[in-house]
Amino acid sequence: MARYLASRLLSLALSLVAASVVIFFMLEVIPGDPAAFMLGLNAQPETVAALRTELGLDGTTPERYLRWITGLVQGDMGVSYTYRVPVEGLIADRLAVSAPLAAYALVLSTLLAVPVGLVAAAFRGRAADYGIMGLTQLGIAVPNFWFGMLLVLAFAITIPLFPAGGFPGWEAGLWPGLKALTLPAVALALPQASILARVMRSALIEVLGQDFIRTARAKGLTRAQALTRHALRNALVPVLTILGLQFSFLLAGAIIIENVFYLPGLGRLIFQAITQRDLIVVESAVMLLVFAVICVTFLTDIAYGLADPRLRRRR
Amino acid sequence: MKLPAQLLIGAALTAFFAAAALLSLVWTPHSVLDLAISNKLAAPSATHLLGTDHLGRDLTSMLMAGARTSIAVALVAVSIGLAIGVPLGLTAAASRGSLLDEVIMRANDLTFAFPSLVIAILITATFGPSALNAILAIGIFNIPVFARVARGAALGVWQREFILAARVAGKSRARISAEHILPNIASLLIVQATIQFSLGILAEAGLSYVGLGAQPPTPSWGRMLADAQTFFYGTPRLAMAPAFCITAMVLGLNLMGDGLRDMLDPRLRRAVQ
Repeated sequence: MARYLASRLLSLALSLVAASVVIFFMLEVIPGDPAAFMLGLNAQPETVAALRTELGLDGTTPERYLRWITGLVQGDMGVSYTYRVPVEGLIADRLAVSAPLAAYALVLSTLLAVPVGLVAAAFRGRAADYGIMGLTQLGIAVPNFWFGMLLVLAFAITIPLFPAGGFPGWEAGLWPGLKALTLPAVALALPQASILARVMRSALIEVLGQDFIRTARAKGLTRAQALTRHALRNALVPVLTILGLQFSFLLAGAIIIENVFYLPGLGRLIFQAITQRDLIVVESAVMLLVFAVICVTFLTDIAYGLADPRLRRRR
Repeated sequence: MKLPAQLLIGAALTAFFAAAALLSLVWTPHSVLDLAISNKLAAPSATHLLGTDHLGRDLTSMLMAGARTSIAVALVAVSIGLAIGVPLGLTAAASRGSLLDEVIMRANDLTFAFPSLVIAILITATFGPSALNAILAIGIFNIPVFARVARGAALGVWQREFILAARVAGKSRARISAEHILPNIASLLIVQATIQFSLGILAEAGLSYVGLGAQPPTPSWGRMLADAQTFFYGTPRLAMAPAFCITAMVLGLNLMGDGLRDMLDPRLRRAVQ
């Protein structure tokens, strides 16, 4: 296990370094000088040069990369070009919306997908199964920003239960905050729940075909008991993997939904930063998202290694 | 062998939109460039089957031309993924366990870790919003998908006896990959291509919706949805029509992909019998 852990840790470190280099150089080749952009067309060259120094844009490319990375490790992401505040503060503020939104959507999608997938697997090949599978196909096909618009029409305008958009901030209290996040979370959860229910169904069907389920039935458990006590637990492994990846993708994938609902989340911060050439914000925010995905993958690998010793010898 | 129902439904839906897109190349009921502000938001009538939009353009014509944009973007994006990803995957499989294999697969994993939508927005915002940049942005993330599928499937084929025979006959690894491996994994690649195609349609719609896809006056379903949002509560038809098209097209492709997989996967076929 120690060897397996060491090899996974090395792979994690290499991935992070490679990701940071890719992100840095990707933004490096982007045309447009932020200093010139900020000062406008009539700026004097000396003023632009001075601002470049102030923003940390001077020096060679490797020097700037090292400065960015050392800052990142120490939690110092620099100062936003447009907002003139520390980037880490900006990102933390936006995460306070995006992380709960992603978690909310994930909880909703799990609550919906697990029972639905269970029912579909239990009634495999019958009307309930076909109906559920048809609905999940629809759930995957509907663009979630469109579903969000429909939700606003139904539950914010026709029946005014929830706000149509915006976020009051957590200072306004837990309930108003949750209320503002409910419709976006439902819109995000629909395709995720559809995918998850399908994964759940096929994982359960796979498990139900195995010998230990027959043994469980033979010792007198009913179908439902065998399903919930034995099959469910074994089917959870692929489901948990998908869940982990969905969370990290929800953090960034909410970008369009955040635009629909005017939520001040991480996705909109990145979107606005890209359009305003606030590259220092884009750099660190994208790095954070990639970091999240890589770490989730790492943790899943470790969990697999713990659960299944055969996988440790894979490499 | 009986064709699965979902394959037939899926293929019919896909063929319908493909036909509309092809037809729009030579004919649409009205020109999509014809603005008639005086006739804006007109209700459906004999001249305008689905009515007109906020600029007086014929909605049916817009939808047909929009299908062309969506399909073109997704199709080229899938082709990029196939053209680059499959050779990469085949190469990795042919040199299994080597440094080259490791490098290709790690680069793949790394691409997967990047938030695709964010990078797509970055590309389109940097190099200017256009259909071409949307294609590139979506296409890049198709590469690792096809590389992984191709490698996984190819590894299995490499174990088979007829490959051993080909090697004994003195064929090079590259030639075996092209002549024997590729035809044997083609069905899997087609299924994956259908799925990526549908994801491409959704991605294009999303990018156009935030204004980073095809630019006006080129019609696009996502852009139509964004334009219609303002009139949503007065004239929901304007938003319903493109949304319905996106959903039906994606649904059709997904059903077709699932149907093809069921038909081509011998393991599943046996399970059904």
